[in-house]
Amino acid sequence: MNTSVKLSCRNLWKTYGPHDALEATRSGAGSGNTIAVMERVRQLHGLAACANVSFDVMRGEIFILMGLSGSGKSTALRCLSRLVEPTMGEILIDGEDFTAKSPRELIEFRRHKMGMVFQNFGLMPHLTVLENIAFPLRVQGIELTERNERARDMMRLVELDGRENSYPRQLSGGQQQRVGIARSLAGNPDIWFLDEPFSALDPLIRRQMQNQFLHLQSSLHKTIIFVTHDISEAVRLADRIAIMKGGEIVQIGAPREILENPANEYVEEFTRDAREGLMIRGAAGADLK
Amino acid sequence: MRASTGDWRGLRSGAFWVICVAICVICFRQANTSEWIGSFPKEWTFGIADQVNTAMNWLVPKLSGPLHVVSTILGFLLNVTRGVLAWTPWPVAFCLFVIVAHRAGGLPLAVFTVVSLAYVAVTGYWERSMNTLALVGVAVPLSVVLGVQAGILCYRYKWLNSVMQPLLDVMQTLPAFAYLIPILLLFGFGPVVGLIASMIFSIPPMVRNTILGLQRVPPEISEAGLICGCNRRQLLWWVQIPAALPQMKIGMNQTTMAALSMVIIAAIIGGSDDVGWAVLNTMRKAQFGPSLIAGLVIALMAMLIDRISLNFAKTETAAPADARPGRWRHPHGLAALAVIVIILPPSLFIEQLHYYPREWVWDFTGQITTALDTFIASTSGALESLKRAGLFFFLLPLRIGLDQAVSPYSWGIEFTPALRIAYAGLIAAGSALALGSGSRTGAIFIAIWGVLFYYGTIGIPWPVFVCTIAMLAYAAGGAGTAALALATMIFILLNGLWEPAMFSAALCGAAILLAFPLGMAIGTVAAEVEWVSKAIRPVNDTLQTMPQFVYLIPFLMLFQVGEFTALIVVIAYALVPAIRYTEHGLRSVPVASVEAGRAAGCTEGQLLWWVKMPQAVPEIMLGLNQTVICALSMLVIAALVGTRGLGQQVYVALGKADSGLGLIAGLSIALVAITTDRILQGMSRSSKQALGL
Ligand SMILES: Nc1ncnc2c1ncn2[C@@H]1O[C@H](COP(=O)(O)OP(=O)(O)OP(=O)(O)O)[C@@H](O)[C@H]1O
Ligand SMILES: [Mg+2]
Repeated sequence: MNTSVKLSCRNLWKTYGPHDALEATRSGAGSGNTIAVMERVRQLHGLAACANVSFDVMRGEIFILMGLSGSGKSTALRCLSRLVEPTMGEILIDGEDFTAKSPRELIEFRRHKMGMVFQNFGLMPHLTVLENIAFPLRVQGIELTERNERARDMMRLVELDGRENSYPRQLSGGQQQRVGIARSLAGNPDIWFLDEPFSALDPLIRRQMQNQFLHLQSSLHKTIIFVTHDISEAVRLADRIAIMKGGEIVQIGAPREILENPANEYVEEFTRDAREGLMIRGAAGADLK
Repeated sequence: MRASTGDWRGLRSGAFWVICVAICVICFRQANTSEWIGSFPKEWTFGIADQVNTAMNWLVPKLSGPLHVVSTILGFLLNVTRGVLAWTPWPVAFCLFVIVAHRAGGLPLAVFTVVSLAYVAVTGYWERSMNTLALVGVAVPLSVVLGVQAGILCYRYKWLNSVMQPLLDVMQTLPAFAYLIPILLLFGFGPVVGLIASMIFSIPPMVRNTILGLQRVPPEISEAGLICGCNRRQLLWWVQIPAALPQMKIGMNQTTMAALSMVIIAAIIGGSDDVGWAVLNTMRKAQFGPSLIAGLVIALMAMLIDRISLNFAKTETAAPADARPGRWRHPHGLAALAVIVIILPPSLFIEQLHYYPREWVWDFTGQITTALDTFIASTSGALESLKRAGLFFFLLPLRIGLDQAVSPYSWGIEFTPALRIAYAGLIAAGSALALGSGSRTGAIFIAIWGVLFYYGTIGIPWPVFVCTIAMLAYAAGGAGTAALALATMIFILLNGLWEPAMFSAALCGAAILLAFPLGMAIGTVAAEVEWVSKAIRPVNDTLQTMPQFVYLIPFLMLFQVGEFTALIVVIAYALVPAIRYTEHGLRSVPVASVEAGRAAGCTEGQLLWWVKMPQAVPEIMLGLNQTVICALSMLVIAALVGTRGLGQQVYVALGKADSGLGLIAGLSIALVAITTDRILQGMSRSSKQALGL
């Protein structure tokens, strides 16, 4: 595996709230005292959804952000794709400053380098399955026949053949998410963001989709940032996991490190189920590849 | 600040009302001694109306150049559309309409279309209907395009949205008669005036639905578009607008109906030979037979247009992948093509097929008129006493108060002090009863209505009225609503329109007092009994699509010109929303709580009163809101059949081409409507919050 850094996120802050709170974040971010800045923001009726978040993601790695609901995972992910603008901090992709990109460059970058899968699928209700998958290509201005052909390839990849002319509402949840996955891959991105892609699915389908996801990645080697709140999903899929709490990252490490050496009580509590599961199976090492 | 539950509790706590009642008592005591309390002094008013007229006189020549261009373009469009519709042989148009109807709503709608169009042709209204249709046909596309553009801009720029919302409120509530004059002055005489008036009225629903549709696009869909690398234009036109389309189609339906109803109202200024004019003209001459026939033409047109556009709005988005092979994929297109190829050419050469011939018109006005006359003659005694009763025992007391209304001449008795005390006792007992059963709000409302009936809207000193309404507004919607209510009432006072406003208040109040409970009762029955619901739904649909004009015809026929007729017309128009919202409110009570009630052993009656009704209150409140808005909008139309009040002022202004008076009186009605809306919305919201919904 190539171990060079693909995406790097340095001291990322995202504050929601009044102007003052944003200012306080900007001026305090350099100080290094995260707790104090967050407290100040709270006093000013703001909310630091992401506080001083830093991590590196290697090329071809599956990096998982996890934490409870409201811990700021989605916000962090949206900052990385600039669906929301970070209040403070640096994002480097291939060593280039991603936050400095102009709107035009950003559009260009999203067209060719980024794909994203959404928790509630985010499919366009007015387009058929095929049109949905071909949508990123249409945006790029690729001709109808070519984009349909490429979209059909994608459908084969996610095993959806035969449903080209259905509308999203005629599909089951699992099928809809496969459309979402196919669409996010249609532009052949390097970086693949997935925001709780399987949380809306029932456990059996989820398992199936996880396997399919791993299978896909074994041939695609994308750089993946994957958000989930399910520790067993994280342990199954991740190369490395970052655990978030209240906007901060509390621990980063390989699944095994996190299970064996939790950084604090919170992580320990959080990972208990997964650890017990592993102990029952008695083959922790084997299961973590 | 938005209304909070606290404000509404303020009403219940009564602390506010102590002050309010104190002011009222002082005013009532002083009304006889201090002149200015009894009626707002003339010297305090200043006529904005004159200023408006001066401004118009100054503005018209300045703007005439560019506006002339606009009116020429619109006139050209209108003439072309008219020309095409008039030239199209009637069998061709007939078939095309039926094909469109079939495409939209299948066989039932197609059959209905055949019957309706046959009626229109046979009664000899084909050509005039086409003229009306031409106006609608030009107004709607323009309104839709402008409305969508405005909606998009409002969605994009928050500040524009906050400017636009009140403007839309005014555009929708300002009576059309009020702006016909300024438009007439600005654009000159002719059918273009009707066109512009109908555009003003029909743009707001399109704007609103566009904004609503865009706002309701799930954020994930927009984000998905962004991540795919859409630029702003692509995001809007490929992602957001298509996703908002179902809502926007509802907007198109509303826009079309608004345009149609306004085209018909605009007929009052004449200048175009259409169905609206036919109705108005025959009505003015008291020829009820013909006006009934023409009214039915309008009603049928309205229903057709509504059903067709609504069906298109509902179906097209869900169109499943068509299984039919190539050529047969568009059967309706093929049928239309066939009609044009096969029927069009011969029709152009055969006179009877090109223009509907006079000899084929089946004239049954005579029979209808005779039938009507005998019917009216046979019922006139009963109707007359009903009218007298309504006037003397209800409308009059509400306006001038029992104090004045009860006299040997009208009631046959003297309003003796004993009777007065009995009345006061009755009201007090009612309030006490309400208070005893735990409803302070009920007690306050009974007390207010009691006072209202005793003094009448005219008899109540204006400071009392202002104070009470402002209090009510504050309790319901907070400081903002109270400010709006105060501004409205001060506007009316300063313009010297207080007295007509109180006339209108009496009429509207009376109408609502009858229409709302009646509508609620019907709605309740409909919610409980399935077949009633099924039976009244089409009736409601029909009544709601009917242009306001049409309501006048039957009641004018039965009760002649006069205030009672106006009352009945307003009631008829305001009844439907009360029915609708009550039924909907009761039916959308969560199943779980109904089942919980049933499990606890409620009888059906207890279930209705203790479980369903309390939860339906917010929705019913919205129904009351719609009832009031409907009543107010009918006020001006009802002025045609004789009322005094704001509506009449607008109508008189129209006759005298006085834009100032028309606009001011119209604006007063619009402001009252908007204020009422805010107050009742506020109440609905807080009762919703109180229920934790
Ligand atoms: N647009 C916004 N305005 C204000 N606050 C926001 C906004 N978006 C998110 N937040 C807040 O930021 C915090 C983090 O939200 P985020 O969506 O990132 O959580 P999450 O970890 O993804 O949770 P979940 O698992 O529920 O998706 C939450 O407290 C949320 O209320
Ligand atoms: Mg999330």
